Amino acid sequence: MSHRLRADSSPRSLLEPARVLSQAEAESLTRRIVGFSQADSCRVSLQSTARGNTRFAVNQVSTSGDNEDVSVRVRVTVGKKVGAATTNRLDDDALRQVVQIAERIARLQPDDPELMPELGAQQYTAVDAYPTGTAAAEPAQRAEIVRKVTDASRAAGLSSTGYLEVITSANAIANSAGLFAYHRSTDCAFTTTVRTTDGAGSGWAGAAARDISTIDGAALAATAIDKAKRSINAVAVEPGRYTVVLEPTAVGNLVQLLAFATNARQADEGRSFFSKPGGGTKIGMKVVDDRVNLISDPQHPVAPGIPFDGDGLPTRKVNWIENGVVRELSYDRYWAQKTNHAPVILPGALQMAGGSQSVAEMIASTERGILVTRFWYIRPVDPRTILYTGLTRDGTFLIERGKVTRAIKNLRFNESPVFLLNNIEALGQPQRVSASESGSAGVPIVVPSIKARDFMFTSLSDAV
Amino acid sequence: MTSSRREFLKSSATVAAVGLAANLASPRYAGAAAPASRFADDALRIAPTVGDPAIRELVLSAIDAAKRAGASYADARISQNRSRTLATRERRVQNLSDNETLGCGIRVLVDGTWGFAATRELTADAIARTARLAVSQAKANRRTQVAPVQLAPVTPTPNGTWSSPIRIDPFSVAIEDQVALLLRANDAALAVPGVRFVNSAMFFLREEKTFASTDGTVTVQTIYRSQPNMTVTAVSADNSDFQSRQSTDIQPHGRGYEHVLDGKLVENAPRWGAEAVEKLKAKSVDVGRYDLVLHPTHLWLTIHESVAHPTELDRALGYEANYAGTSFVAPPRDVLGKLKFGPEIMNVQGNRTEDGSLGAIGWDDEGVAPETFDIIRKGVVVDYQTTREQAGELGWWYQQQGKPLRSHGNSYAQSWADVQFQRMPNVSLLPGEKDLSYEDLIAATDRGIAIVGDGSFSIDQQRYNSQFGGQLFYEIRGGKIVGMLKDVAYQIRTPEFWGAMDMLGGKRSYQLGGAFGDGKGQPAQSNAVSHGCPPTRHRQINVINTGRKA
Repeated sequence: MSHRLRADSSPRSLLEPARVLSQAEAESLTRRIVGFSQADSCRVSLQSTARGNTRFAVNQVSTSGDNEDVSVRVRVTVGKKVGAATTNRLDDDALRQVVQIAERIARLQPDDPELMPELGAQQYTAVDAYPTGTAAAEPAQRAEIVRKVTDASRAAGLSSTGYLEVITSANAIANSAGLFAYHRSTDCAFTTTVRTTDGAGSGWAGAAARDISTIDGAALAATAIDKAKRSINAVAVEPGRYTVVLEPTAVGNLVQLLAFATNARQADEGRSFFSKPGGGTKIGMKVVDDRVNLISDPQHPVAPGIPFDGDGLPTRKVNWIENGVVRELSYDRYWAQKTNHAPVILPGALQMAGGSQSVAEMIASTERGILVTRFWYIRPVDPRTILYTGLTRDGTFLIERGKVTRAIKNLRFNESPVFLLNNIEALGQPQRVSASESGSAGVPIVVPSIKARDFMFTSLSDAV
Repeated sequence: MTSSRREFLKSSATVAAVGLAANLASPRYAGAAAPASRFADDALRIAPTVGDPAIRELVLSAIDAAKRAGASYADARISQNRSRTLATRERRVQNLSDNETLGCGIRVLVDGTWGFAATRELTADAIARTARLAVSQAKANRRTQVAPVQLAPVTPTPNGTWSSPIRIDPFSVAIEDQVALLLRANDAALAVPGVRFVNSAMFFLREEKTFASTDGTVTVQTIYRSQPNMTVTAVSADNSDFQSRQSTDIQPHGRGYEHVLDGKLVENAPRWGAEAVEKLKAKSVDVGRYDLVLHPTHLWLTIHESVAHPTELDRALGYEANYAGTSFVAPPRDVLGKLKFGPEIMNVQGNRTEDGSLGAIGWDDEGVAPETFDIIRKGVVVDYQTTREQAGELGWWYQQQGKPLRSHGNSYAQSWADVQFQRMPNVSLLPGEKDLSYEDLIAATDRGIAIVGDGSFSIDQQRYNSQFGGQLFYEIRGGKIVGMLKDVAYQIRTPEFWGAMDMLGGKRSYQLGGAFGDGKGQPAQSNAVSHGCPPTRHRQINVINTGRKA
């Protein structure tokens, strides 16, 4: 007889909160699937998600969506061979099938010379990332938050567009060596772009959080409306090297790129910024300004990460850069063993320490410079220097003699976070930002505003 | 084998009887002839199948439930996406995973406001509940309404079926053969002196999709997409430089495993390896203005970003301002029939029919049979990409042109869990009348750079300013290629770039490029789209050097 999950079989009322699998349900399900396997080892990774979103455009809700899904991934080994398969069907026959497919795939593989044994039971430090009010947010509550922007924007004679996303998820891993891990979290993000009706001005504001009650729709509306109004009549400035004051979102857009490049294996292989000339990695070398401290702390109070990685390895606080010196790079279990290191994993969050200056103080101390709200369409150009290109957007202003004097046309940059963090003039107070281009909550990031010199803008854009 | 199928049917009690009968009658795969295989793993995946009357009953029950709950219009999609990912590096398989996801998405209109909800549970009860959730969501959204949604008319298709025209189902090919092909190609690249690393991969997708709407349409489609690719990396002896060559001469297609075989990875790998090594020694480009000769394997991406995106009607109307952006091709009243986008020789069409293209389908995700339509005719903008919701905004223009008001069939959702919206069809630059080749364009150029393959790309939110890299760059002097360059990227303003196009290749030089990962919407959805084009030449384009050291 087929086992049924409560989430599957009991219809929930329309007003019941979005539901993901509880620890007991996840443990029972993952252990049962592991039990179906005849392979030498078996790991089941489960992701149960409830997603809700509301979009708006031209001051009204355009589309919205709610969905629930459970994805099951099975990874097995037969000798030194590995196979994997996923499904979202949870009846016993489908689950037996997905195990069988993974096993058949494994048997057809060549041996994996990098195979690591499954981890046994681990100790995890729980990460508190599940404020209950967020999981309960329903379409009507989302529409109310959205109205704070659409109403204010309509009243101001402007046109607002934006996106509110609420995701509740549960992740679990169980394996045949006795490991079980479970973590539940919520994520939300709210971003809005307000434009003048003639398209001459555009302003953005956004926030991301674990807790929906910390998202202040009215404050975001006020910021975006103010920037939209002030960004009209933009003038062109000559591209070139400028002192910049980057708001925290713009800093997050760039600094996260450094974290993506911390792969130790690529550094050892000579194909990374973190490759040391002549061989090895830059661990122990100073690469950026003394004031730069970049960490990933899964227990961060504002931007908590995850307690374990895909192998079930517990996460811990990682010091990527300390006082400008590279302290750690990321090592998967195989490369750690091969190079005699401890494994280092990205714990799903990134935090950069800051200073004491406010954005207003940074502006006041700037003779001539550019104030940037955010960057967009950021794409890699040269991996040797972590050089990226992209553009300013939705609020770019000229600073002259200590004051913001006028809106300027958007600019394309060709720049690296490494160069930026070598050219720091001042650091502000760190804050959680919504630094994904798409407006999803993304990896939780906490960064300061930065004032830096010699930021390279290479061309002008007419886009508003 | 059939027990799981029965399990599914049991769980949808109201349709069990129909489903069991269908199990005996309906063939597993429409339109795809599966060759004999040592590992026909398809036999293991026993999910409900395309064309199954049980599925048809379920989608019809979804739209009925939505109507009962108060929807004036509803559509429902049940889709099963099956994918296989195979990734290797050097002599090792890094990942081989076989994946499926199955569920139902229901979209409703209540008093002109949208709602959408989706579930992985394919039972009559769960689907009815999900339909009611979509309706209650629309009612919650209605409070913000300024103008109600009005759908353009559609001709219903009561019983449509369509399949990608593939020759070999990738899921019927023995996995060990797929692995062996990639490892052989890797060995061939690694045999080139100077090559240190190689990654190779295959990705296959089959989407089986059943759609029904309250307009009386029921369609069943099986869509295949395939992509083989390699990246070969050379590192200088002292680790001071590394350069990669991606196999961009093989683009993803809406084909089966024959597309992988046609790509001849093993035969091409030594050339890609040699090109990666040659890049280490290539001259770093001098900045300045050059005539660019752009190969179709490069140009498709420039077309995608600078022509296809700005002619999406939802962008022009401001619906995507918060992420993908708006468009310089706006507002429609000021640009249709007026805006000069490029020279007389520039003609661009939208289509969902090109053979082997990623965008080829029978009906879009609103049940509209797509049509081929002009977007730019003789250099002038004459139309946009449209859906049923937004086509009405152009009613005045179609009336002027003596055309009926209808959607071009450009609605798409990436999966059952996502709501459909305007996504680009194939948008292709038509070849010129003269029978010119890529080599002819080079021969006609005195001082320039030829670019092969797509590379780095970035463009602003109204599609004016963009920057493109590539895979290979060649210096042209006196009509001849005189050597390889590196660190090349060109920066353009869209109207000037297309205005500077003075030559383009003929029919025989036309090729399809494309991408799986065309991102747009919130939450971001991935669209798969092809762009056909001949090679082109553009005069005096700004080239920068990207090899900065500090």
